[in-house]
Amino acid sequence: MNEQTASTPPKGGDLVKRHRLSTRLWHWTNAVTLLVMLMSGLMIFNAHPRLYWGEYGANYDAPWLKISSARMGGKEFGYLQIGSARIETTGVLGLWQDQDGRTQRRAFPYWLTVPSRYSLAGARIWHLAFAWVLAVGLLLYLLWSLVNRHIARDIHITRAEWRPSHIWHDVKEHARLRFPTGVAALKYNVLQKLAYAGVLFGLLPLMILTGLALSPGTDAWFPFVTEVFGGRQSARSVHFICAALLVAFFLVHMAMVLLAGPFNEVRSMITGRYRLPKEKTVTENAA
Amino acid sequence: MSRLILSRRTLIRGSAAGAGSLMLSGCDKLFENPTFRHTLEGAEDLHKITQRALGRHALAREFTEADMSPRFRANGSREVADPVYRQHLAQHFAQWSLRVEGLVEKPLTLPLDMLKSMPQRTQITRHDCVEGWSAIGKWTGPRLGPILNIAGLKPQAKYIVFHCADLYHGRPYYESIDLVDAFHPQTILAWAMNGKPLEQAHGAPLRLRVERQLGYKHAKFVTRIEAVSSLDGIYGGKGGYWEDNGTYAWYAGI
Repeated sequence: MNEQTASTPPKGGDLVKRHRLSTRLWHWTNAVTLLVMLMSGLMIFNAHPRLYWGEYGANYDAPWLKISSARMGGKEFGYLQIGSARIETTGVLGLWQDQDGRTQRRAFPYWLTVPSRYSLAGARIWHLAFAWVLAVGLLLYLLWSLVNRHIARDIHITRAEWRPSHIWHDVKEHARLRFPTGVAALKYNVLQKLAYAGVLFGLLPLMILTGLALSPGTDAWFPFVTEVFGGRQSARSVHFICAALLVAFFLVHMAMVLLAGPFNEVRSMITGRYRLPKEKTVTENAA
Repeated sequence: MSRLILSRRTLIRGSAAGAGSLMLSGCDKLFENPTFRHTLEGAEDLHKITQRALGRHALAREFTEADMSPRFRANGSREVADPVYRQHLAQHFAQWSLRVEGLVEKPLTLPLDMLKSMPQRTQITRHDCVEGWSAIGKWTGPRLGPILNIAGLKPQAKYIVFHCADLYHGRPYYESIDLVDAFHPQTILAWAMNGKPLEQAHGAPLRLRVERQLGYKHAKFVTRIEAVSSLDGIYGGKGGYWEDNGTYAWYAGI
């Protein structure tokens, strides 16, 4: 979000510079990387579709989450179990038809995994190679964003924005689908800042740290990373929860892009140029 | 104008759905491309170089008895069909011995009693399976390093191969590690688990513990140890059963 350099301040309808090259490059690299990481991660989960708390956890131990299938009264069904609550998920989780119409009893279906056919080894090759792209990409982007003041200027949440009344105002505006227009649309609003800061400084670093905590080699030279999460199986659970939160972020992100005008939004992330939404008063006058 | 927007939206929606299915079949297709695949598999070297640079001599965490899994899951072969093995099992391995050979000055034949009379190491460690589960158990046995020193490795020796008594899905199980891990203080040939001689399901009479790597490296039913200069020509040539038969990484520190 560059400041307009022209002498006259921009107004609604103007095409302005919005995203820097570093942001655009990282955004698309990350979009592909996270999709591969998610889908290969779901395949890895399929190898042992149970989550535990603590240091150890295997088939004899009680999971807090599991995806499985069972048979009751001659009818087979897939289910997701969290704690003692069980949700039937036949067709999607635990019991589904593969691309050849065969019944499979793995957790996540073929259309959500990479590779599409069961392969723990293949998924690990994808996952552990793209993990480097994710980690190195995030590190470079954060460092560069400190240097070019992207974080200080665009992401940093000011004291005024932290006020509950301000945040509540933004929540109401969003709920009414009333988005900033004109010059106000040049800056991220506080909910955007919270979402982006949460992903940049919260979810993505947590994904990387909990991922490292799963490695027995890393656990030997850097045990802190496993211990801080309360053990390897806890780290695996947090890894999965953070992945789910990233999916939630993605869904809200997609919804916002569609509501705010997909063409303009996608263009701004490709070319960097963004057409400022017209001020409300102007629209009313024109009408 | 509204028609234009609509068609634009349809276009975006259509291309999103198209991109989704393209992505799915695309990933599978891309993975069949040898150059692409080898590039991805190259990350294995990066993992090994990084972990060796940051913690070549680091010790795996050790736990207390209170931390141990109530029940330790056995994986892979739980029984060995080989008649020679079955006979040793019936005799509680009284006549059984381990062979140490290959690129060594002095090949060794070590009966189980001799392995038990060497200086022992007991460690309570976490066993991490490549599938994602973990179990904590107590392992006892002699360190591999001193045994290799008694045999005297020849300078060409680069890897230690562990030949096993079991066939897994009809093929002999084996594993290999390099000398960094072979001489690591926690690399032991365990004959006891949780204070008792190893059960058959856990690899009796002897299994490798190589604590900083995943479970499939911890070869069970070890009968023969061979020092080699290269892994080429040994079974499938990739250094282990799962490496040959499932494209799993040879370096399993991650």
